[in-house]
Amino acid sequence: MGFLNRFFQGESSRQSARKRLQLVLIHDRADISPETLERLREDLIRVISDYMVISEDGIELELERDGNSVALVASIPVLEVKRQRFRDGDR
Amino acid sequence: MDTRIIVVTSGKGGVGKTTVTANLSARLATEGYSVVAIDADIGLRNLDVVMGLENRIVFNVVDVIEEACKLQQALVRDRRIENLFLLPAAQTRTKEAVNSKQMKELCDSLRGKYDFVIIDSPAGIESGFRNAAAGADEALVVVTPDVSSVRDADRIIGLLESGEKKSIALVVNRVRPAMIRSGKMLGVSDVSDILAVSILGIIPEDDNVVISTNRGEPLTLGSPSPAARAFENIAGRILGRDIPLPDPGSLDEKGLLAGLKKMFGRQGGRG
Repeated sequence: MGFLNRFFQGESSRQSARKRLQLVLIHDRADISPETLERLREDLIRVISDYMVISEDGIELELERDGNSVALVASIPVLEVKRQRFRDGDR
Repeated sequence: MDTRIIVVTSGKGGVGKTTVTANLSARLATEGYSVVAIDADIGLRNLDVVMGLENRIVFNVVDVIEEACKLQQALVRDRRIENLFLLPAAQTRTKEAVNSKQMKELCDSLRGKYDFVIIDSPAGIESGFRNAAAGADEALVVVTPDVSSVRDADRIIGLLESGEKKSIALVVNRVRPAMIRSGKMLGVSDVSDILAVSILGIIPEDDNVVISTNRGEPLTLGSPSPAARAFENIAGRILGRDIPLPDPGSLDEKGLLAGLKKMFGRQGGRG
């Protein structure tokens, strides 16, 4: 049916190829390896720790897929918010 | 001598890696550079027949790695083009016969001795590809304008990026200008948009590729053809020449004619 719809809407096969590829690649690229996810986790901890004290063990990190989109959902328990201070780069 | 080591890869099989390796190597050598083409597809040797050097092989890449012979003994010299050499794959071994470290050492041993080392990678994303890419600084990803090839190229590009290749560029092969003009084929810009990698060359579908492969003669040694021209341009861009990419819809006679008509007949329209 999808094929017939496209036929009648007059979408060129170029356009359908482009759309389908963009969609499939979102999913392919979201299949990131456990190592990459671990690196991302470590980087997040490092960056966030500049601003607040977080529970490293309580961090949950996952990619959620919903139709055409992929979201990175992170749950990071905050233990304490640090007092704001100027960092070197801010002066 | 600063040697440039380039792996030609694709992910998907049958998109033209070997053709690109053979013709690009031949063209660079015709331009006066010394070139070693390495067939890294151990067990499925093919670069030799495409280059027309299959009858002159004595040793192969595995012999060199296992030190059964010297590198110079294994290099097959092309008699038609000066300074073009082939390091053939082993045919009766499997890709497990070599590892990435050995391939890297082999590539490093060629540094300083030749201008270019062009490595023909096997299809796939497993050890054969990893071995082929291990010693290279740059990568050319060959892709045809279809969904499966582009998707596989995306995987390969991800792997190359995590392997920290200095530069990655696309060669879009088997482009059919008439289909592009009528919107029935992914355009070259679609491919580069989707993959977010720049394009080094566009090769139109051309009967001369089949003919030159049948004969084992490099395209650029034969009569002028759209594909031969494409390889000349790709080699030129690799050498740093500023050669603009052609409009992919113009790469056949009809497209050229339409382009000329437009050029002479247009009145402030889009070129």
